[in-house]
Amino acid sequence: MTPDIVLLLAQDGITNGAIYALLALALLLVFSVTRIIFVPQGEFISYAALSLALLQAGQVPGVVYVLVGGGVLAAVFDTGTALRDKALRRLPWILLGYIALPCAMAALAWWAAPRKLDLVWQVLLVLGLVVPLGPIVYRVAYQPLANASILVLFIASMAVHYVLTGLGLVFFGGEGLRSAAFSDASFRLGVLQISSQSLLVVLASVLVMAALWLFFGRSIYGKALRATAVNRVGARLVGIRIGLAGGLSFLLAAFIGALSGILISPITTIYYDTGFLIGLKGFVGAILGGMASYPLAVVGSLVLGLLEAYASFWSSAFKETLVFAIIIPPLIWLSLRSRHVEEDEEEGE
Amino acid sequence: MKFRIVAAALAVGLAATAAHAEIVVGVSLGITGPGASLGVHYRNAYQLMGKTLGGEPVRFVILDDASDPTNAAKNARKLISEDKADMLMGSNGVPSAVQMAQAAAEAKIPMMVLTPAALSGNTLHWSFIVPQTTELMMGAVAQQLKAQGVKTVGYIGYTDTWGDLVYKAIQSHAASGGFKVVTDERYARADTSVTGQILRLLSANPDAVVVGGSGTGAALPHVTLIERGYKKGIYHNHGTVNAEFIKVGGKAVSGAVAPTGPLVVPEELPDSHPTKKVSLDFTKRYEAAFGAGTRNAFAGYAYDAYLLVDAAAPAALKKGKPGTPEFREALRASLESVRNVVGTHGVYNMNAESHNGLDERARVLVHVDNGAWHLMK
Repeated sequence: MTPDIVLLLAQDGITNGAIYALLALALLLVFSVTRIIFVPQGEFISYAALSLALLQAGQVPGVVYVLVGGGVLAAVFDTGTALRDKALRRLPWILLGYIALPCAMAALAWWAAPRKLDLVWQVLLVLGLVVPLGPIVYRVAYQPLANASILVLFIASMAVHYVLTGLGLVFFGGEGLRSAAFSDASFRLGVLQISSQSLLVVLASVLVMAALWLFFGRSIYGKALRATAVNRVGARLVGIRIGLAGGLSFLLAAFIGALSGILISPITTIYYDTGFLIGLKGFVGAILGGMASYPLAVVGSLVLGLLEAYASFWSSAFKETLVFAIIIPPLIWLSLRSRHVEEDEEEGE
Repeated sequence: MKFRIVAAALAVGLAATAAHAEIVVGVSLGITGPGASLGVHYRNAYQLMGKTLGGEPVRFVILDDASDPTNAAKNARKLISEDKADMLMGSNGVPSAVQMAQAAAEAKIPMMVLTPAALSGNTLHWSFIVPQTTELMMGAVAQQLKAQGVKTVGYIGYTDTWGDLVYKAIQSHAASGGFKVVTDERYARADTSVTGQILRLLSANPDAVVVGGSGTGAALPHVTLIERGYKKGIYHNHGTVNAEFIKVGGKAVSGAVAPTGPLVVPEELPDSHPTKKVSLDFTKRYEAAFGAGTRNAFAGYAYDAYLLVDAAAPAALKKGKPGTPEFREALRASLESVRNVVGTHGVYNMNAESHNGLDERARVLVHVDNGAWHLMK
């Protein structure tokens, strides 16, 4: 192993680690606010990456059907609740958010696809198509059982994961896609040939992390989310709506997932089910960080990315084995240290 | 009144069971799941098949095994016990096909294996493997390597059975081809990067690289090799030959070489090629039904299975009625002795030792040129 190979692998590991770090943050955010282990996080990656590749090929991505269909379902749910609560003034907002917005995005996609707009517009369009899916998924699948135990929420997560993967196969097909590179430029740094794409990945990750830090530290919504994470009952007592907090955390998670998908789609071939494995590695990163601390989750994800890169050099056949085996020690440590958290967090109505 | 309808329905049902005037073919394919991109092609082929086998009406019962071997085994048992299948066909994944073949052998019914699985013993006794063996296909690559004077070959393939099969196949030709396989790197289809593996492979400085991937999954190592400035030959296997591979790989995969069945490039075959007529005809019908450019090798395997059974069925029908053990045994024996059945992929000559029956006429080398696969001259 020569020094330049060490550096090349480090570069590769950091690029992948940056993506895992973003996903780890999203998973941690959703978990701490809603206690949901968000397995379908990876689907947003696949959806966004495949949508971008299809838009570049001048086709309408099938995600528009998922978006409109999910929006209608969420609207039905919310209208039901509003009618039961006799809160009819909520109806216009429901129609606007769950019907008008998805339909507008879908119409925009129909209009934009054959025109092959500039990359920036395509990226924005993909975000507009995929990100609203976050709150919609929360409204349809999780909000009705917001008070259930962690285990029930986890099982619901598995169900949502299978539904979204299946829809992905229906609308994107079984073959993988890869979108065109944002830029072919690359820089020489000693022996390293750094592509602008991997630079972009790291840069975007750092920016998102900084934005999250500002959001949680400065904005009222960020503080509300933190309050919910610290104590759900207390947050409710001071007037923070749990549904709103959940929807908001899913919006952020979907945004981070979609962004990750857009960033990696020019680097590798993405299949309808690739996102799951990437999301799972983000989850491993979060566990390495103890499933509690944001900075530690980032560190854990970077370690994971580097380990993966070096493992693929040393013993590629055992790479996944090594990557997933390293969560065992932290898990043992976590379970020795804590009492049964699930039972403690069980809440009454 | 009600009683009469029930009685009538019962009578009709009984009559149908007694006559059983059709051959039931049970099919399990991975139409969803990780193998979906191939499974869909196989399923399409069933729409182009005739309505009879050896003159007897045929009914295909097609189930989805979601590319999961456990499901494939379940499907096989369901097809045998509930649908009373006379024979099985499937599946597009090797592990799934092996499970089905075992179920077929237990139930003593013949099975057409649609994927290059390695079977032996009693399982092979009842099974016939339609696609070219990986050894046969990689033999074409080995010949080319020898002709190019290649001495060292770097290998990178999937971590699964397919990666193992291709590795063993190229390894089996190493001695006769006069080259050595110097690396055995592995990656998964869903990996976001193969930089580590490629760096390791390049540090061995091989004269050529063989990729044991399939379809679009084979593009990642190829593209990474080109990015790292590798200029020598990059060879693939027959699992990679489809249009999506080129779409995903773009300019980087130009010049990729792979073996495949003659079905993929029927127009470019010389007129003397034995399968030209059958291959061309099937390709035209397939593209007429599913759109221009949809041609692929996989649909041809399912279609060849149909052609083989169609050729073997008349002899079996003389010995027993469909639905009886006699018919199934006779069909197996008849399949084992088919001679010169011209399929879309090659000319089949089965015997007790070879339940595949294909020879070198069933392979050609193709390469990516101008964004499409073309016959190598």
